[in-house]
Amino acid sequence: MNPNSIIPTLLATAWLLPLASFVFIVFFGPRMGRHGQRAATVATAAIIAACLLSFTALGLWLFQHPLGHAAHGDHAAAVAPLAGDWYALGSFGALTISVGYYIDALTIAMFCMVTLVASCIHVYSNGYMHGELHDVIDALAPLSNGEPMRRHGRFCRFFQCLSLFCFSMLGLVIAGNVAMVFVFWELVGICSYLLIGFWRERKSASNAANKAFITNRVGDFGMIIGLMALWASLGTFSFSEIFSQVRPAATEHRLQVPDGMIKLAKQGEVAEIVKRHSGDLDAAQKEIAAQLPDWRAQGYGYGLLMLAGLGIFCGCIGKSAQFPLHVWLPDAMEGPTPVSALIHAATMVAAGVYLVGRFYPVFTPEVLLVIATVGAITLFMAATIALTATDIKRVLAYSTVSQLGFMMLALGIGGWIAGLFHLFTHAFFKSLLFLCSGSVIHACGTNEMPQMGGLKRRMPITALTMLIGCLAIAGAGIPTVVGLSGFHSKDYIVAQDLSFWSHNPGFGGIFFFVALIGAAMTAFYMFRLWYMTFAGNPRDGYVHHHAHESPPSMTVPLLILSLMAIVAAWNIPFTSIGLDGLLHQAQPLGTAQTVTGQLVNVTMPAEHLAHAHENSLKAEWMAFAVALTGFILSTLFYGARKWNPDEVRRAFSPIYKFLLHKWWFDELYRKVFVQPALRVSDWVAAIDKKGLDVIADGLARLVEWTSRIDDWIDRVFVDDIINRLARWTYSLGISLRVLQTGNIRQYVIWITVGTVALFVLMSMYWDYAIAGI
Amino acid sequence: MNPLVAPIGLSHYLVVGSILFVCGVLCMATKRNVLGVLMGIELVLNGANLNFIAFGSPMLRADQSNSIGLDGQMIALFVIVLAAAEAAVALAIALNYYHTHATVDVDQANELKG
Repeated sequence: MNPNSIIPTLLATAWLLPLASFVFIVFFGPRMGRHGQRAATVATAAIIAACLLSFTALGLWLFQHPLGHAAHGDHAAAVAPLAGDWYALGSFGALTISVGYYIDALTIAMFCMVTLVASCIHVYSNGYMHGELHDVIDALAPLSNGEPMRRHGRFCRFFQCLSLFCFSMLGLVIAGNVAMVFVFWELVGICSYLLIGFWRERKSASNAANKAFITNRVGDFGMIIGLMALWASLGTFSFSEIFSQVRPAATEHRLQVPDGMIKLAKQGEVAEIVKRHSGDLDAAQKEIAAQLPDWRAQGYGYGLLMLAGLGIFCGCIGKSAQFPLHVWLPDAMEGPTPVSALIHAATMVAAGVYLVGRFYPVFTPEVLLVIATVGAITLFMAATIALTATDIKRVLAYSTVSQLGFMMLALGIGGWIAGLFHLFTHAFFKSLLFLCSGSVIHACGTNEMPQMGGLKRRMPITALTMLIGCLAIAGAGIPTVVGLSGFHSKDYIVAQDLSFWSHNPGFGGIFFFVALIGAAMTAFYMFRLWYMTFAGNPRDGYVHHHAHESPPSMTVPLLILSLMAIVAAWNIPFTSIGLDGLLHQAQPLGTAQTVTGQLVNVTMPAEHLAHAHENSLKAEWMAFAVALTGFILSTLFYGARKWNPDEVRRAFSPIYKFLLHKWWFDELYRKVFVQPALRVSDWVAAIDKKGLDVIADGLARLVEWTSRIDDWIDRVFVDDIINRLARWTYSLGISLRVLQTGNIRQYVIWITVGTVALFVLMSMYWDYAIAGI
Repeated sequence: MNPLVAPIGLSHYLVVGSILFVCGVLCMATKRNVLGVLMGIELVLNGANLNFIAFGSPMLRADQSNSIGLDGQMIALFVIVLAAAEAAVALAIALNYYHTHATVDVDQANELKG
């Protein structure tokens, strides 16, 4: 077997193992060990096996396609992805929808990242969810009589959902066409729904689950439009076919409007030509083909291409919690913390970024500008909200939204590698941060940071690993020498921003400054979190007294992830093998060029320009400076307590309120969308009550009267006959009863007397005719 | 004709049979002991048996070509077998009756009366 067939097999096995675990737990979960305790073992074993398989595939891939020092933008060095179909779901003439795979370095890297993070989180959940191993008394879900609710533990259900999620996420990554991506897209959505609502008896949890699901529907609606635009014009969902049509080799993989889209945009003319050549299709096609370059030059079909790109991006907005659909992610923190770490920080929300990266060849510069703008808004807004949040998980949630904004911004301004690089490093340090916060919540029993403080001595491992996480996300490092993973990825983004600014002198600066301010705020709110939680004196004696370090099943994953948070961006020592090189190899054909928009005057600089020495040096120092500023400010306010944050709060009270209420987004949406919807439903309810109900009630009353009459007839006539018969039978029985004396001798006498009487009777009327003689 | 001196014929058998039958019926009607009642039944059955045998006599048959002439005896044999079976069942009932009521008086067995 050659690696080209082994790698898809390995990855498919890694993909299907969690599904097997899910099915197994569905059928046997509750019977596995006490309270389904063994379900965790099955799920964990499945994901660890998947992780090993993924890394084997990575090794094979690197063995086959060594990471060269390919010149930037060198197409000859590009490695062709492995693409193919496993199973055709349906074909309609030339059109097919299939289950397939599209494997390049990005796919394999995603597989390794997802399975590694998921393995850590599975192990962690073994410790974190032990409360579900017995009956639970949930004080946060009061019954109608005000007493806390009692329910059975749902340990195996949790792992069942985790397995399903891993299967869906890996399926999304390996998918060979957009339709399959959409299917798994929805599957991760439903897993997210199930896990956010894991404590479904709590009102807040079930609301959050609904909010997440419904908000994602909005984005998916756009995605379906994008899918329709692609299907209607290109007649395929397959990645490789779409890419080869959008960026044909004939144009050196430059973006061009594919023929299908031009034909769809000019369908009137096309129909005209076909009509003119009645019956002669070949001639008609030849004439259309001759017209195509003209039409393309006139810009026909460009809108359709933009529509397809924007539609796909709409889905990504929903899934990656970008402005304006970011509102669901902070609420999603109602789920158990491992879920927040796995789904709502590291993997699922990164799926949107991944899809933007995967679909990058289709995006026109205009669409990229939209992506960058959305990313910039999201990044700034979420970072400001994170400054004031006091719930430890909410700070992390807004930080996630903000970092996702960073990725989108980077992708949008042409930094394909920068954006995806940040996706990977972020997955490690953010899952680490979430798991640390889970450890803290586990120990303290509260999410509120103002009740914590001074936990450093109580939980040294958690404090240390969280510090590493904070340093990584803030981008700590020594410029030009070495840094944690976040340092490198953030550098790339800032460098790309800088390069973008130099190509677009006017508005390009906005993106640059937003990114810098965002980076400063990131450092600020992360250290604010750390100081409030671990440093200083205990604020709540009770909480502090009961806090304790978590068991090894929870601290070991923390240590592994903190190691990854440090080294994820580094090359393996003494080699050039690393994430950076892997992503360079994975960069889609033709996207490493400088491009200019057709409708908007915007230039997306090629990525290698950002790595020019001068540019990257400047970016590195700037990123370092702003991160340091954020860190120092945070230390002054919360660490050393030289300045009092309350004074700032009072001085900027309106801004503070604005941020505390999350820019009034929830209130705005309630006014604009939720309340009108409720009002419409009120109307519909009123129509139901006053219109349909009256008719239904009238019919019911008619039926009731008919049945009353029937009832009367039954009672008076039918019943009477039956009753009389019964009464007669009864009285006959009563009168015959006296004959049954129970005295045998009497019976014998009766027999004798009866016999004699028969004889007498017969002798009186005897005739030989009776005997037939 | 004096029946006591006449040669023995059908009517003698019938007379003896009916005497046995009447004795059995009287026995059943008057005895309170359950075993006495059973004996009465045996008498009744044997009275009937005598009738079968008497009527089964070849003397009374006009057509003897396609029969071996033992019909009456055969039926009598059946009746004897039935009597044995009946006695077995009846004695079992009697025994259980004695166990439960500590008596063999049939007049005490009136729990099922209407």
